[in-house]
Amino acid sequence: MSEPRAHNGQPRVFLVDDHGMFRSGVRSELAGELAVVGEADDVAPAIIRIAECKPDVVLLDVHLPGGGGQEVVKAVKADNPDVRFLALSASDAPEDVIAVIRAGARGYVTKTISGPELVAAVRRVASGDAVFSPRLAGFVLDAFAAAPAADQERLTFDPELDQLTTREREVLRLIARGYTYREVAKELFISVKTVESHVSSVLRKLQLSTRHQLTKWAAERRLT
Amino acid sequence: MAGGLAEALSARTGFDVTIVRVVLVVAALVSYGICAAAYVVAWLLVPASGAQSSIGSKAMADKRGIGLAAGVASLLAVAWAIASVLHATWLTSLAVPTIVCAAGLVLIWRNAPPDEQELMRELADPLFGQTASGRKTHPIRRAVLAVVLVAVGMGVLVSDRRPYALTPSGLVRPVAGIVLLIAGIAVGLGPWWVRIAKDLVAERQARIRAEERADMASRVHDSVLQTLALIQRRAADPQQVVQLARAQERELRAWLFDGLAPGSLAGTATTLAAGVRLIQQEVEAKHGMTVEVVAVGDCRLDDDLNALLGAAREATVNAAKWSGADVVSLFAEAEPDAVSVYVRDRGRGFDPEAVPGDRKGLAESVRGRVARRGGEVTVRSAPGEGTEVSLRMPRLADDRLPRRP
Repeated sequence: MSEPRAHNGQPRVFLVDDHGMFRSGVRSELAGELAVVGEADDVAPAIIRIAECKPDVVLLDVHLPGGGGQEVVKAVKADNPDVRFLALSASDAPEDVIAVIRAGARGYVTKTISGPELVAAVRRVASGDAVFSPRLAGFVLDAFAAAPAADQERLTFDPELDQLTTREREVLRLIARGYTYREVAKELFISVKTVESHVSSVLRKLQLSTRHQLTKWAAERRLT
Repeated sequence: MAGGLAEALSARTGFDVTIVRVVLVVAALVSYGICAAAYVVAWLLVPASGAQSSIGSKAMADKRGIGLAAGVASLLAVAWAIASVLHATWLTSLAVPTIVCAAGLVLIWRNAPPDEQELMRELADPLFGQTASGRKTHPIRRAVLAVVLVAVGMGVLVSDRRPYALTPSGLVRPVAGIVLLIAGIAVGLGPWWVRIAKDLVAERQARIRAEERADMASRVHDSVLQTLALIQRRAADPQQVVQLARAQERELRAWLFDGLAPGSLAGTATTLAAGVRLIQQEVEAKHGMTVEVVAVGDCRLDDDLNALLGAAREATVNAAKWSGADVVSLFAEAEPDAVSVYVRDRGRGFDPEAVPGDRKGLAESVRGRVARRGGEVTVRSAPGEGTEVSLRMPRLADDRLPRRP
């Protein structure tokens, strides 16, 4: 990060999406609020250009012609761990979303998100926090919901990583119900910072949990 | 010969390669094939010049190859057993070497280094005519082989001057002759048959693909293209365009991710998740607003839950009619002991204490409906802060679905 936040504190954003029309739409929505420093339409060019630009946040489509968005995350993270990713997708397929998050993206929003909300989400990711859309919160609740089967999962089960705390569950539920972080904080009588730390902790669990259930869940969702 | 053993022997002993080869061939013929079997075994076990390990050591790791070799060997063994029952001694004397040779060659075929495999493929090519080069360069070899087999077969059949006796030993010769004839014809015409079969398969696959394409095209036409045409015609009305796009998006998603054919989502739902999606679909279509749905877990619908969903639909419709918001969030969660649904908007809100008497909707069709079945409804709203209706229904444990059936 040789020249971070060059434009008077605006996070520098890079767009990866294979639809030119969508890129120009996002670009115009972010204009004035954030500095869009580059864009790419596929996995390979994205990896090269992101290494050159060193943006603060990459807005990454989950589906790309040359492979999943997670390939971009993995390749860039190896050399530039400071670059942060926000997955942006029209896809409902939970296992795609979970794959990108597990590869290291800091959040996931749907493409129907409004301009101001997208700006807020990018800022949040740029400052190191996690962004959970209602849909992602629902996915996570669903994935962690099934109580671990005592016999099968004991061996690999790590309560620290493989289970959500009651508080985290409450926070996720409120987000899934459409609450903003601020509203969640008010509802639970905690600070917005605490909400953010709960969400980050959930993200960490989502990324690090080796829980068998998680992959199995994603696979099952695919089949239906 | 193929294995390069003759060169190796000649290098050892100092004799000319050709002499060694002739000796080997003669020995193979004289010893009823014992020497041929020995050759194959040696090919397996002796490392090639310059190579570190023999083919045999590689073959030890090739489980499928060993299985295949065993299979071939057992098939041959059965064949020779039948021959010995028929008292065809001149055939049974060849049994052991043939079995050893066949099994050994199978292992060699699977495990030989690439150059040796290439050589073998070239030798075997005229027999099968499978590879592209074989089709062009080896028809003559194949034809010769076919003619020789047919001729030998005919010879075996004709040379037997005794009248055919219906005893086992009397049958051996004619049967052997017929087998040789059939083999000759197969070698001669086999590649044609293979090609015809391949063409048939390819044609079938192409037809299936074309049918799939046609099906896909008609579905895309009925749904996406129709909607795009409508959107073009109503470009002046952004509200309607958004509504059309949303409805189309939902249908396409249901098709792509849930495997539901376009149009099939309508009707009655049997599970909670399908039920809330149905509410989403209806309200979006009727009231032109976006309904964001998140469903966690799932369960079958019973009368209690149908009442819960009916109330949730009413609450969503209320939000669409009165709140003035663009988006309603609909969250449904199936927990082990209860099902919760939350309907939330960020619209103008109201003061729940001061609801005018003529607004029966909330009191009767939401609250009453759920309360009658043992559930509860909470409404939170304040002017300017939007509204959230929470609906909760306890449930019996036995209607739980396996996670996403």
